[in-house]
Amino acid sequence: MGKPKLKKLHIRQEWCKGCGICVHFCPEKVLELDDKDKAFAARPQDCICCKLCELRCPDLAIDVETEDE
Amino acid sequence: MAIKDYLRERFFPHMWCPGCGHGTVLNSMLRAIENLALEKNDVVMVSGIGCSARISGYVDFHTLHTIHGRALAFATGVKMSRPDLNLIVPMGDGDALAIGGNHFIHAARRNIDITAIIMNNRIYGMTGGQFSPLTGYGKLATTSPYTNIDHAFDTVSLAIAAGASFVARTTTYHAKQMTDIIQKAIQHKGFSVVEVLTQCPTYFGRKNKEGGAAEMMENYKNITTPIGSKASRENPDLIERGIFVEKEMPEYCSEYNKIIQKAVKGK
Ligand code: SF4
Ligand code: SF4
Ligand code: SF4
Repeated sequence: MGKPKLKKLHIRQEWCKGCGICVHFCPEKVLELDDKDKAFAARPQDCICCKLCELRCPDLAIDVETEDE
Repeated sequence: MAIKDYLRERFFPHMWCPGCGHGTVLNSMLRAIENLALEKNDVVMVSGIGCSARISGYVDFHTLHTIHGRALAFATGVKMSRPDLNLIVPMGDGDALAIGGNHFIHAARRNIDITAIIMNNRIYGMTGGQFSPLTGYGKLATTSPYTNIDHAFDTVSLAIAAGASFVARTTTYHAKQMTDIIQKAIQHKGFSVVEVLTQCPTYFGRKNKEGGAAEMMENYKNITTPIGSKASRENPDLIERGIFVEKEMPEYCSEYNKIIQKAVKGK
């Protein structure tokens, strides 16, 4: 089992409330808030698939899909 | 089953404020249930009143949204009649320890197999930020504009003293630990208490100038430490997190069943 590889970072825009928790704690600074205060993956290529954003998002808006899933 | 399958998606986005820690508790709790591969029909979630209590509306289990402070009493009734079901009772700090304080200590004393999750945000959020029994001395709330002179309960000590056979504490910052602890709490046969420090940025955070949701979570990282750590010995002000008590004790419904057997034989 190698390192997990990101397939897609799904963020449900209609559920995201722009709290910034995912942005603040992402160890690789992958995420940002857009001009409507919705989170998006600005640098998906840097994602290490730690899933911390998915686990902490209080709005259950994030799903980190890896290649092996 | 993916955690989305445990949600009542039709009620999303949920009603909690941006950054409210209660959402992270919901998130971690569902992962615990997913890891245990519990069937939806085998889980009953009972809640009382408050922002925290709204959690039962969002999950696709058997759910009861009951009255303030009495969730454990309703849950006790359900468990007594259907001991095979998994009872989970998420409560706010006020709901659990002020309005429901008596139900709480007696459920713990009986060691009935229920998982009580105390979502401690140190405030009454839904009614506008009044101080709760967990707010703590010197803190600000709408009803303590010159600082609070009430001292807070220590939920963990209270639960241990009342006889709970599983007692743990974690925070929304430690989401992985929260999932792990809730999982063990559900598996534990007896009364389990999990205190989760969870941020209310709207009232507690704003009143006490603790910053936004992310800053409040950073704070949980800084003010807590694993049980018995070196940091804990050096700085007793740090709040310990982890599992404090996990012991086997006769469980209430099993004991009651024995009584039934005895009584039936006696006829
Ligand atoms: S943590 Fe969730 S709700 Fe908050 S900004 Fe990120 S995606 Fe949005
Ligand atoms: S999975 Fe980890 S690295 Fe990837 S976006 Fe989320 S927090 Fe950042
Ligand atoms: S008032 Fe506080 S506890 Fe209630 S939803 Fe808002 S942030 Fe959460």
